[in-house]
Amino acid sequence: MERGTHRPELTAARHRLYYNALHVEDFAGKFKREDRRITGPSHSVVFKGKRVRELSADAAVSVVDVFKAYRNAGGQETPVLRDIDLDIRKGEFFSLLGPSGCGKTTLLRILAGFEQADSGAVVIGGRDMTGIPAHRRPVNTVFQSYALFPHLSVADNVAFGLKQKGIRGQDLKNRVARAIETVQIGDFGNRKPDQLSGGQRQRVALARAIVNEPEVLLLDEPLSALDLKLRKQLQVELANLQETLGITFIFVTHDQEEALVMSDRIAVMNRGRIEQLGRAEDLYERPRTAFVANFLGSSNLIPGRIREVTPEGALVQTDFGPLRTTQHAGLMPGQEVTLSIRPEKLRMERDDETEGNEVRARVDDIVYTGAENQYLLEAHGQRLVAFQLNADIGADEDFDYDEEVALYLPPASLVVLEEG
Amino acid sequence: MTPRRFLATLGPGLLWLAIFLIVPSVIMLGYSFLTRTDLAQVGAPWTLENWQRVFGYDALFRQWVPDNLRVLWRSLWLAALSTLLCVLMGYPLAFYIAHQEARRKNLLLLLLIIPFWTNFLIRVYAWILILRPFGLVPSTAATFLGMVYAFLPFFVLPVYSSVEKLDWRLLEAAEDLGATPARAFMTGVFPQTLPGLVAGILLTFIPALGMFVVSDILGGAKTALIGNLIQNQFGQAGDWPYGSALSFLLMGVVLLGLWLYARFAGEKGLEELL
Repeated sequence: MERGTHRPELTAARHRLYYNALHVEDFAGKFKREDRRITGPSHSVVFKGKRVRELSADAAVSVVDVFKAYRNAGGQETPVLRDIDLDIRKGEFFSLLGPSGCGKTTLLRILAGFEQADSGAVVIGGRDMTGIPAHRRPVNTVFQSYALFPHLSVADNVAFGLKQKGIRGQDLKNRVARAIETVQIGDFGNRKPDQLSGGQRQRVALARAIVNEPEVLLLDEPLSALDLKLRKQLQVELANLQETLGITFIFVTHDQEEALVMSDRIAVMNRGRIEQLGRAEDLYERPRTAFVANFLGSSNLIPGRIREVTPEGALVQTDFGPLRTTQHAGLMPGQEVTLSIRPEKLRMERDDETEGNEVRARVDDIVYTGAENQYLLEAHGQRLVAFQLNADIGADEDFDYDEEVALYLPPASLVVLEEG
Repeated sequence: MTPRRFLATLGPGLLWLAIFLIVPSVIMLGYSFLTRTDLAQVGAPWTLENWQRVFGYDALFRQWVPDNLRVLWRSLWLAALSTLLCVLMGYPLAFYIAHQEARRKNLLLLLLIIPFWTNFLIRVYAWILILRPFGLVPSTAATFLGMVYAFLPFFVLPVYSSVEKLDWRLLEAAEDLGATPARAFMTGVFPQTLPGLVAGILLTFIPALGMFVVSDILGGAKTALIGNLIQNQFGQAGDWPYGSALSFLLMGVVLLGLWLYARFAGEKGLEELL
């Protein structure tokens, strides 16, 4: 924190501003967990601090060594899920995150019972689901395209599942009304789906699923068809709804922000495998692979070789010179590694004092995105990216094109990846 | 809309309708009130006699002999049965075809259409060869089979086109909500195929009701249908006024059916249908 205060050109006012900004940034991690106030037009909606809660020890869903391959006409096998093994806890908001084709939707469809695994098992609520058809599973799905029945009214759509269970009369009416009220579409009960907007249809799909009070709710990219603003609003509503209902949510998405905002835990999937599983901040702060480092946010990847390992950390020889990281577990001298550092963790400075972990770089391009400045830097023939918060840099850009800067790479922010 | 615009946009359609539908119908309606003269010509005087005959009034013996209505009834039955068999065979067939891979699908559709390359009469005659060893020609059963054969493609094609467009996710949605596969089909899939199903039924039932070629060739004299009766008036009997009146009876029955359907399915149903 001291490092930022060394700037001689700062006036007293700017100085204070800068200090505060840094201060907030440093505590952002903890602060955000406590009270995530959504700013902007929907600021009345507030997260309820759910991220601090403890996860239940009981598994709502267990996926055991699930393997699945598709065969094409020539009999060639393409594996879509390779030995997936995971436990989803009771009442958890769990996200399956990955690019298209990574197998996340297939996994969800296997949980729903629309597809069968080639091998392995799925256990939901303590019962082995092998051979149990979709209509007898204690799960409900919110489909990507909603899949509402076009010939039925909103109320009849929502009532569909309960009717299958033989619920009739006043009980049915009350429960449908309550579900419709929960998702705030009370006025649209008599409309047909094609008379609703995308966001309203989304709510109907949600009501149609939760009215059945399933043990697990499966959501297949339910927000992807909506525009950005609505999506953000519904993210918050979904997370709150999940907490109110206490139903286990399994949420499939390719949108990393969506997953980070809502989930208790996230499984990042790539090419049919789970690359990393953990809480949002674990995945972001300690990505294990280059894929995770770049799929969740972006990262600077720096190849190197371990020179020495001490209890305080490791020293890695790179093209930029030796860089120190606080990581040491499992590292051996001589090992080829890749270091990863988030663009917002790089500190850009003008001073020439060398305190180690510094890289000389030249500003190649500056992208102004509003909330932050993104600097594309060139150092020893390699591209590095650094983000500076708008609050840090004042009204104007702090650094200029072609300016020579010193980049400070905090040892605690340099993550050693498992693979190159 | 200015008159000019009106003519430019709706004009061609109206002209077409006028030339091929309204004018002929009016002429026929006129004929049905005229008299058959010598040498099978149509002429004066104006009369209601044709219409009396249509409904079975025998002017000579002054009594009602509802033979025509019996023929009409039989035609309705046979058309309905043929349509039913087309539905039972064609509905699953449409699903089967729609479920194949693209290449196989096109092949099957081609097989469905290939018979149209051969003259219809010849194809019906071919059925004589097929059915004769079983002693079925001539018989009502042979007419029935011939009709199903003739109209099956007309039923399958519209159903196929709506099955092709099916949103199968509704089936999954219904099963996901606890519906058995059968129930899921009825709620998730069946309603989506209704437009194609209704179109197929109409394309089968209406022509089957007026069919005369098949019954003529395969049915023999005993299974005369309303179509044979009408054709006979315009052909051998040379009684165009009576034939015209009979045609209007048939048209009336079809329109009544459509009207009932419209009342049952609502205006929207008829709109979708057309």
